[in-house]
Amino acid sequence: MPNCKTAVPYQGTPEQEERLRQVIEAHKGQPGATMPVLQAAQEIFGYLPEEVQIMVAEGLDIPLSEVYGVASFYSFFSLNPKGKYQISVCLGTACYVKGAAGVLDAVEKKLNIAPGGITPDGAFSLDACRCIGACGLAPVMTINDDVYGRLTPDQVGPILDKYLAQG
Amino acid sequence: MEQKMINLTIDNIPVTVPEGTTVLEAARSAGIKIPSLCYLKGINEIGACRMCVVEVKGARSLMASCVYPVSEGMVVYTNTPRVRHSRQLTLELILSNHRMDCLTCSRNEHCELRQLAADLGIDAVRYAGDDLKPQIEASALHLVRDNSKCVLCRRCVAVCRKRQEVGVIGPNDRGFRTHIGSAFDRDLAEVDCVSCGQCIVACPTGALQEQSSIPEVLEALADPDKHVVVGPAPSVRVTLGECFGMPVGTNVEGKMVTALKRLGFDKVFDVDTGADFTIMEEGTEFLQRLQNGGTLPMITSCSPGWVRFCEQHYPDMIPNLSTCKSPQQMFGALVKSYYAEKAGIDPKDIYVVSIMPCTAKKYEVKREEQRMANGCMPVDAALTTRELARLITQAGMMFEHLPEGEFDPMLGVSTGASVIFGATGGVMEAALRTVAAKLCGDEDAPLEFHEVRGIEGIKEATYELPGRTVRVCVTSGLANAKIVLDGVKSGEMQYDFIEFMACPGGCVNGGGQPLHSAITRSFNDLRGMRAAALYKQDEGMSHRRSHENPVLKEIYATYLGEPGGHLAHELLHCTYVPQKRYRT
Repeated sequence: MPNCKTAVPYQGTPEQEERLRQVIEAHKGQPGATMPVLQAAQEIFGYLPEEVQIMVAEGLDIPLSEVYGVASFYSFFSLNPKGKYQISVCLGTACYVKGAAGVLDAVEKKLNIAPGGITPDGAFSLDACRCIGACGLAPVMTINDDVYGRLTPDQVGPILDKYLAQG
Repeated sequence: MEQKMINLTIDNIPVTVPEGTTVLEAARSAGIKIPSLCYLKGINEIGACRMCVVEVKGARSLMASCVYPVSEGMVVYTNTPRVRHSRQLTLELILSNHRMDCLTCSRNEHCELRQLAADLGIDAVRYAGDDLKPQIEASALHLVRDNSKCVLCRRCVAVCRKRQEVGVIGPNDRGFRTHIGSAFDRDLAEVDCVSCGQCIVACPTGALQEQSSIPEVLEALADPDKHVVVGPAPSVRVTLGECFGMPVGTNVEGKMVTALKRLGFDKVFDVDTGADFTIMEEGTEFLQRLQNGGTLPMITSCSPGWVRFCEQHYPDMIPNLSTCKSPQQMFGALVKSYYAEKAGIDPKDIYVVSIMPCTAKKYEVKREEQRMANGCMPVDAALTTRELARLITQAGMMFEHLPEGEFDPMLGVSTGASVIFGATGGVMEAALRTVAAKLCGDEDAPLEFHEVRGIEGIKEATYELPGRTVRVCVTSGLANAKIVLDGVKSGEMQYDFIEFMACPGGCVNGGGQPLHSAITRSFNDLRGMRAAALYKQDEGMSHRRSHENPVLKEIYATYLGEPGGHLAHELLHCTYVPQKRYRT
């Protein structure tokens, strides 16, 4: 499940944790502090791993379940870091009618992750996005700055193999 | 200051209610029942389910009456075609996303959703939802959750967060994927759930229920090599009758004993006897701490939900916890030692069943530190009041027609002190009766301590005992426990002895007690009515102090030795250890 604990080990630094502590201190006791603190936490760490959410819960003295409820509700919050290779499969209208669901499915199967997820080695992260403005190339997938268009599901494997080979 | 009164009409009936009353409450005072689902007075008032919508003259849309306050001159209609249509539509949509295996659902006749469908005259669901599969989460020892029956009313979440301040569950994800779960969708067994079961009694459907121990109990009863012994907790005798349609607060002790005997238990003892031992041990421990400069305040350890909360949230207060085992565990330990010896039965062949108002007891019986020196666990299975009712029904007994029975005397004689254990303040009063008698003598010591009675969450009292003023506090509900503990730690609150019960109102309101609809729970004082039955029984008892219990005297004299002595310590005490809150 994409929302469960990330497969990538936590690598937060003491500096990052100190910054978060300052943010929590500034918001402590205020009603509705959870959202701004989580936003700041995501800016500091790039995502919201369990370790960070526990710091927020303990710092604001609210249940971890409440923090996680907010983090898993808003699509802005990510529970996974971004991978070395960030894959985006467009599910906008044009791509969708041209078979983007099959492409996404092929990526999920190949890497064994769901949208929002990351491979345990941190190499690939996967997102489903909406229209990237390349409808003429539908269906489209991007990997970092590389754009792949007019895709069929069977092309996905060889493309990903290329990045796997690069390490 | 006089409360301002508001005049309005509901379905053309003039109504006058205090300012701040909701339309739903005002309608009740006019004899109008507005259907509701997510509403739980004082706990969950979020207007989420839209079952309670009403038409308010001048308002454009329908209003959720559970959160809509009355105003002067307001004109409300609760039963118009528009209102009926809206409620039916909403309920049909809820039902389309509910796994309706009603005939085999454990909630069956207690299901509020089923009742609503009947009340609203739903004869078909026009919308086909997904083909829902069971979504069973049964990791914890006390609870089974099936989200395919969850209606997302959030009553469980509100109770867990507000009443208990444990907050281990919440709505995760969004939209159609919204579901109730723990953070990171961890299993309940992996988070700091205290097993109190308040979520179960708050749940309107079959989404939450206790982990049933009925199969293993039936298996033990059918096993000719097992000697099966049972004992019910103090509060069960005043709640069990509710499962058979009797009024709240009916004492059914005699019928319950007969039912247990007819179910085939070899001995029907009483956990009340265990409670009397708890008082002897705890009273002795308190006097020793008081006189020898031990850690104060001493805090009771009868409620396993509270004990776990302390271990997880206040590990630094563990030295304050009494080392006494709970009445259930003392009872089991005595059955598998004293009784086994007297009856000439190998303790390993004895199977002890307890009947509990509590789901945390299912967790307590498995706690390793409870294990006895002979290798046995004191209690083998803990059934809730509801499970006992199910066993009785399944056995074909017409409960209300059962004759009165009597407990087997060897461990079945109790006192008024142990009876009142089932209500918040009961343990404290029982302890004070014995402590006061030890210090002042039976003749001069007070017998009743009314200051610690009643359903308020936090009660305080001060008693002048010879040579010493004793300050006590009685608290139920873990949110209140948090207030008191923080006060004690900061020095603002100073006590010598504190009673904590995890469930608001104590065991009479435990997570294993009979179910009632949210409306019944919102507008009736179940805790007070059940507790009153216990105090009434106490008044009629020939012995009202634990140390007067003849069985207890006999066992201390011939077997255990002194209260707090070596053997008593080995059998009746244990130590508690800090537990992690998060398992990352």
